[in-house]
Amino acid sequence: MALIPLAAMVRKDLQLFFSDRRSVIVSFVVPIAIASFFGSIFSGPGNNAEPARIAVSIVDHDSSAISKAIVAAADADKNFRLTRPDEAGARDAVKRGRTSAAVIIPQGFGDAAGNAFFGSGEKPALDIVYDPSRSIEVAMVRGILTQHVMEAVSREMFGGEQGKKLIAQTLPQLASSTMPAEQKRALIDMLASIQKLYDQPPAPGAAPPRRGITVPYTVREEAMTAGSNIAYNGYAHSFGGMAIQFLLFAMANAGIEMLLERQRGLWKRLRSAPVSRLTLLAGKGVSGTLISLMILLVSFAFAIIVFGVRIHGSIAGFLSIAIACSMMAAAFGLLVAAVGGTPATARGVTTLAVLMMVMLGGAWVPTFIFPAWLQQLTMIVPVRWAVDGLDAMTWRGIGLSGAVVPTLVLLGFAAAFAALAAARFRWEER
Amino acid sequence: MLEIRHLRKSFGPLVAVDDVSFAVERGRLVGLLGPNGAGKTTTVSMIAGLLTPDRGDVLVGGARLAGDTDPKKRRIGLVPQDLALYDEMSARANLRFFGALYGLSGAALDKAIASALDLVGLADRIHDRVSSYSGGMKRRLNLAAGLLHDPDILLLDEPTVGVDPQSRNAIFDNLELLKSRGKALLYTTHYMEEVERLADRIVVVDHGRVIADDTLAGLQSRVAGVGGGRATLETVFLTLTGRSLRD
Repeated sequence: MALIPLAAMVRKDLQLFFSDRRSVIVSFVVPIAIASFFGSIFSGPGNNAEPARIAVSIVDHDSSAISKAIVAAADADKNFRLTRPDEAGARDAVKRGRTSAAVIIPQGFGDAAGNAFFGSGEKPALDIVYDPSRSIEVAMVRGILTQHVMEAVSREMFGGEQGKKLIAQTLPQLASSTMPAEQKRALIDMLASIQKLYDQPPAPGAAPPRRGITVPYTVREEAMTAGSNIAYNGYAHSFGGMAIQFLLFAMANAGIEMLLERQRGLWKRLRSAPVSRLTLLAGKGVSGTLISLMILLVSFAFAIIVFGVRIHGSIAGFLSIAIACSMMAAAFGLLVAAVGGTPATARGVTTLAVLMMVMLGGAWVPTFIFPAWLQQLTMIVPVRWAVDGLDAMTWRGIGLSGAVVPTLVLLGFAAAFAALAAARFRWEER
Repeated sequence: MLEIRHLRKSFGPLVAVDDVSFAVERGRLVGLLGPNGAGKTTTVSMIAGLLTPDRGDVLVGGARLAGDTDPKKRRIGLVPQDLALYDEMSARANLRFFGALYGLSGAALDKAIASALDLVGLADRIHDRVSSYSGGMKRRLNLAAGLLHDPDILLLDEPTVGVDPQSRNAIFDNLELLKSRGKALLYTTHYMEEVERLADRIVVVDHGRVIADDTLAGLQSRVAGVGGGRATLETVFLTLTGRSLRD
């Protein structure tokens, strides 16, 4: 391969790229801006910051000891940002999207819940009015509320005034009930035991015993990041994803530029020179790889300096994935030039292709939220390997071994794209 | 210097060039004339290596031209009909790139750039972006790009399209000078007066075939002029190719 023409092609493409201020801004500044935004969303609260709270309102029509306990527990819950409007206000807040859900405790809820607690009464309904666009938050509200209701009802039933009154009312009713004798005897014994427990005074100097049902475990959470003292940094993922998206756009644009060069007759000059087809394609491939690599490295440099992203895994592994990803993108650009037809049609098709690749590859949101079949399917998308590989080398802190497979797969994609481009490239100029 | 033997090229069912043969000697300019779609550009493209002929040969200095990287391609310079230049780059950057495609580098490349720009009168605009050039200046730079590697044969495909009279005249002067330096020039155009002024020999093609290959005087002798005088080249051309419109 002739080195002087090859170097000239690379130099010329870099010169053209950097002479176009718009393409430089789109390739370097825009991904940084978007990745910063996505990173701030997906980074989570960090080590010390407060978690984002779910906006919930509660309307208490009951005002019983149980309902008051539920409201107090919800108010103290760090997952909720609680408001207490009237029912019309609560419903309006959900409708306008200001709160995710409104919990409406109906009149008589406490008594009915107490009766139902021992299985003898009808279960009362707790109304939840919710915003259908925030179904994930509503599921969390439901789960947290279940805990608070169970604790409030059981605490009252096993020691509160409302519980004592309820048991005192229930015992005579049980005697005249039509329940089978054996079951009736067992239930009366249990309630009598509870009554006896209420009447026992606490030991001198001791705190009154905690009564009621509580969650019988606590959770000790450990985020599996690169190390025990290293918090997850969502910027690592967002900068990787956005840099890949925009280097693919840059390379698709480079492919379209090749089509425009053909329209402008420039390929006639290239083809009339004694330069091999391999040199012409390699020149484009090398310049594309260098531009892609610059986009990726500049993005990560910004993330490292500004957002504290670190390569906790292998630097060599990170670089090998970055280079392989850049080669894949450059080869994708060649493919666009080979099969693109006219610049106008190529622009539309490649925009769609890039968006599909980055969306399915997990560049916008992690692939774990996809259905299982889609997660499997996305293995055929090169972006998936690049994103996962860069995640592995940054916040997951996996060593060089974790870079081998993504690098090889990306190089495989690069080779396949380049081979297809070479086969389909229109070499004849009329 | 340049010899074309029995060239043929078809695109699907369309035979664009069929058994075309002619030659261009050192220090001579051959005008290649023909109506639209006659096969002129296809012929030039095959000579320049842009198209592979179905049949026939292109000989440079008596040796057959073969393959993309044939060193004999260095002896051919192409001035395409399109303004094949990078508007975003300066004249110097353009010529550095095109020169490097022919293996030129360093001082030799700088000297070639200076010489080519001097010839076309653009030496004082060497550092200006091509986008700032007028149409005529771009045409002259297009010519300079084809001359940069000092080829023995220059293929000029309608090099004066859309050019003002001053620039056209300057291009003609350049071509006269190149002829005097022994270059072999193949010139395609629709402007009859250009061929009348420049060409030593005229090849007329139509429907992909050579229908005349003669000097201007030889062609004129075939057709009687108005009032018994000498026919113009346009009259000769219309007589040979007919008056039906070509698209």
